[in-house]
This record gives sequence, C-alpha cells and structure tokens, in this order.
Amino acid sequence: MLTNFVIPDLLPAAPELFILAMACVILIVDLFVKSKARTLTFALTQLTLVGCAAITYMTSTGEITYTFSNMFVDDLMADLLKLFLDLTVIVVLFYARGYIAERVSMAKGEFYVLVLLATLGMMVMISANHLLTLYLGLEMMSLSVYAMVALNRDSTQATEAAMKYFVLGALASGLLLYGISMVYGATGTLEITQVAQALAQGAVNKTILVFGLVFLVAGIAFKLGVVPFHMWIPDVYHGAPTPVTLFIASAPKLAAFAMVIRLLVNGLFFLAPDWQQMLMILAVLSMAIGNLAAIAQTNIKRMLAYSAISHMGFMLLGMVSGVVGGDARFALNAYSSSMFYMVAYVITSVAGFGMILLLARAGFEADSLDDFKGLNKRSPWFASMMMVVMLSMAGIPFFVGFFAKFAVLQAVVAAGYMWLAIAAVLFSLIGAFYYLRVVKLMYFDAPLDETPIAAGFDTKLLLSANGLAVALLGLFPQTLMYLCAVALVRSL
Amino acid sequence: MLTLSHFLVLGAILFAISVLGIFLNRKNLIVLLMAIELMLLAVNMNFIAFSHYMQDLAGQLAVFFILVVAAAESAIGLAILVVLFRNLRTIHVDDLDSLKG
Repeated sequence: MLTNFVIPDLLPAAPELFILAMACVILIVDLFVKSKARTLTFALTQLTLVGCAAITYMTSTGEITYTFSNMFVDDLMADLLKLFLDLTVIVVLFYARGYIAERVSMAKGEFYVLVLLATLGMMVMISANHLLTLYLGLEMMSLSVYAMVALNRDSTQATEAAMKYFVLGALASGLLLYGISMVYGATGTLEITQVAQALAQGAVNKTILVFGLVFLVAGIAFKLGVVPFHMWIPDVYHGAPTPVTLFIASAPKLAAFAMVIRLLVNGLFFLAPDWQQMLMILAVLSMAIGNLAAIAQTNIKRMLAYSAISHMGFMLLGMVSGVVGGDARFALNAYSSSMFYMVAYVITSVAGFGMILLLARAGFEADSLDDFKGLNKRSPWFASMMMVVMLSMAGIPFFVGFFAKFAVLQAVVAAGYMWLAIAAVLFSLIGAFYYLRVVKLMYFDAPLDETPIAAGFDTKLLLSANGLAVALLGLFPQTLMYLCAVALVRSL
Repeated sequence: MLTLSHFLVLGAILFAISVLGIFLNRKNLIVLLMAIELMLLAVNMNFIAFSHYMQDLAGQLAVFFILVVAAAESAIGLAILVVLFRNLRTIHVDDLDSLKG
C-alpha cells in the first residue's frame, strides 16, 4: 500500500528536529536536577538554542527548498528570521534567569522546556508552506505561551491574564481556521504555493475567497495584536510574570511577521488590493489607539503593551504599500521595510523589558513607572541605556527605531499614500510624549528607593550590549536593512 | 438533496453561535470553553463539506489535526481554569477584573 511513500528530505527541517529532540531530552534531564537554580537545565536550553542557530546557519543554502510533500519550506527569509528568533530567545533567557531563580513558584524546569517548544512552534510557522503546518506551528507556540503565562500559579493576576489570553487566543485561532477553511473551499488546496497558483489561474470562487480573507486577516490581527483585536495585549503584558512578558513581546512578533508574509504575500498576493485596505484600517486604528492609551498608563509593562500595539500598526504600513493600482514594483521594498521594522522593534523591546527585569528583585517587580524615578542617580549607565531604548522607540534620530520608521515611511510615500505617512508621523509624535516621560522620570525626579541594582553580571553585560546595539544599529543600519532586503528578494 | 451550501450555512450558524457565546456569555467560564470547542467543530464541518464535494482528501486530514489540537487546547484551558479557581474561588466571567486600564 505504501508504494509511493518517500522518506522526506530532513535537512531543511534540521533546526526544528534538533530543537524538538533537545526539548524532550531537557524535559527528562530536568527531573534529575536537584538545584533550585536549575543551572543545568538553563545551560542545556541555551546550548540547544545556540546549536539550533548554528544548524540554521550551516544548512542555509539560500535556495527555496520544499520538503515534507511541500508542507515545509526553507528559504533565506525563514533562515534569517530563525536566526533572529534564536538570538532573541537566548537573550530573553539570560535576562529572565535571575528573576526566575529568585521566585520559588517559577523556579521550575518547565519554563525552559516551554520556551523551547514555543520556539519550535514559531520556527514551524516561519517555515510553513501549508495552511495546516502554519496552524499547527501557531498552536504549538500559543499553547506553550498560555502555560507560561500561568506558570506563576499563586498569582491572581497571572492566572487571570492566562485565562484572558487563552480565550482570546483560541478565538483568534478559530477565526484563522475558519478563514483557512474558506480558502480551502475556494481554491481546493491547502498548500500555500498552490493557493497562489490557483489564484493566478483565476479558477476560483472569489466571493468565498474574500469572505475567508476577512477571517484570515482578523486572525492575523489578533496574533499581531492590532486594533480592534488588541484587547488581550495590555492585560497579558501586565498580568504575566515579567520574563514571560519579555518573551511574548519579542519572539512571537517575528513569527507573526512570517505568518503575514506566508499567508498574505506567498499565498494571497493576488488579493493584495483587498487585504491592503483591511490592513490600512487596522494600522491607522492601532497607531491612534495604541499611542493615545499608552499616555494614561502608570504601569510600565502596560505602557509598553500599548506601545507594542502602535508599533505593530506602524509595521503594517509597510505591508499596505506593496501594490499600488496593480503595480507591484515597490512590493519587495515595502515588505523588507516592514521586516526591518519588526527586527528593529524586537531588538528594542527586548532591551526595554530587560530593563524592568534588571531593576526587579525578590519580592519587588519594578513594573511601575514610578520605579524608574531617579534611575540616573542609582545607575547613570543603565539610565542612559533605558534612554536609548525609549528614544529609539519614539523614533528619534539616530537610533535604530528612527531608521525603521524612516524605511517604512519611505515605502508609504513611494506608494503614494501621503496622508497615511502624515498620520503615522503625527501619531508617533503623540507617542514621543510617553517615551520622553520615562526619560524625564529617570533624570529629573528623586529616586523612591536607593537600593543598588542587584542583577547578575551576565544580565548587566548583555543588557549593555543590547542597548549599544540599538544605538549602533542606528548609526549603521545598512547591514540589517540589506539582510532583510536580500532575504525577501531571494524568498518571494 | 443536500448541497454544499447547506453545510456551509450550518457551519456558519455554528460558528456564529460560538462567537456570540464567547462575547455574550458573562456567567460561566466553562461555557466559554464549550463555545471555543464549538467554534473548532464548526470549522471542521466546513472542511468536511468542502472535502466531500470537491472529492479531495486534504480537508478530511485537516479535520483530524484540528481535533487533536482542540483536545490539547481544552486540556490547557481547563488547567488554567483550575488554577484560576484556586486563586479566585469563582469562575464568573465578570470577576476577572483585576487587570484594567
């Protein structure tokens, strides 16, 4: 019966297989770890991620390779995003380690295994060439992250956040899946490249397809966290333990970007005029509501959550400017500006949440804006790092956030949406207010407590490097921009 | 004679009920989990209908995967519900209000 069964080429999926095997190994090894600090689990997890990055780099051919009956694709964009993803998770784990070791309810090996499984899910999403693969990757990531949010099980806030995240996340998956079923019905295939082919040949029921597209975009918007599907973002960022917030705020954004590219660009590029209009509305609303609501926040995690909403809106502007009046000349440029924006945002956001972890210590969360008062008196170096992060998020030259915004705006203007560019700049200007308020609190207010910063040496070193990266990438953004552009040119 | 559109309408009605269940339900979190389950089943109905009328197996295979994911999802959902109940001593949706702003 199995005459036509062929063993798939496993090499393109080697990083995923490695991380899966290691996650199982670590799960078992952790049973025998006696120490509270879980040093062995931590070290193995980090080695896994480093190994995964190395395998991704070494198996990268730069060609588009399909495997597992075309369900899985390995291209340069996937490789680049996976490298960024691994790097992000490595940094996140270094920041998170001290916080976790100090808290009994969180000092468990499960955290590291869940991080690895979530990373695996994201990598599958990044490499999906089949709507089912995409869905499975998404669920693998989401289910792990729900559990991570609820990991601190004695905290009412954390469990409440987990419940909200779970319900809204499940709703989002449901919407996405409904959209997928419609795409399947309209095109007769679940394979993303074949969906694109069916569309190009025109033998599809466009009504069903556009109906399904609405649900797909709603599902994507939920996962990205853009208005009006943003309700979960502030609550989850606020309620989750800070290391988990740091994780949710960084790595999944890269995967969500890959999901946008795979679904909308690889699969439904033919419908670009339709989804661009939907994304445009989402983008403008996100920038407006995100920036305005962030002003009213007193909790810095909540403030950064609203800031994340506005940043995702800004990122979508690049996706909106791909095709103008049937002319797709600027598409690659526009999408690579979005990718650059996403990567730049992730680097900055990791540093921002890392700073909260730096100030936190046992029994003290440091998640209120007031906790940043007078940071300059306690540690001038880290106050300046936080200032770099805030200025970069505000888009002030010459930090990486400025060039990210600049690249996206360039794409928007090239597409001829002058009003959109002006609106984006105005909303960023409003946004600058709450970022600069943090700077003001750090430099001009008296500190509430004078305790010296207790974080470990590795966290301090890495956070400094991270802050400097935000500054240096602002001075030399060309390499990263070039990488994003090449990755997309070679993959689309 | 049942046609494809009958099944699609049924799927859409089930889907609408589940979305309404999530947004209108203010009482019980377990009902919410049931609504989520119904949503996935509504999608399965679509997949099977399309698969049958197009004579294509991919849709029916997708249903198996979705069922498995749905099972995993309810396991996680119920686990979170238990933890939440230990902390709050209630599973009323309206009582989930400590996070605001």
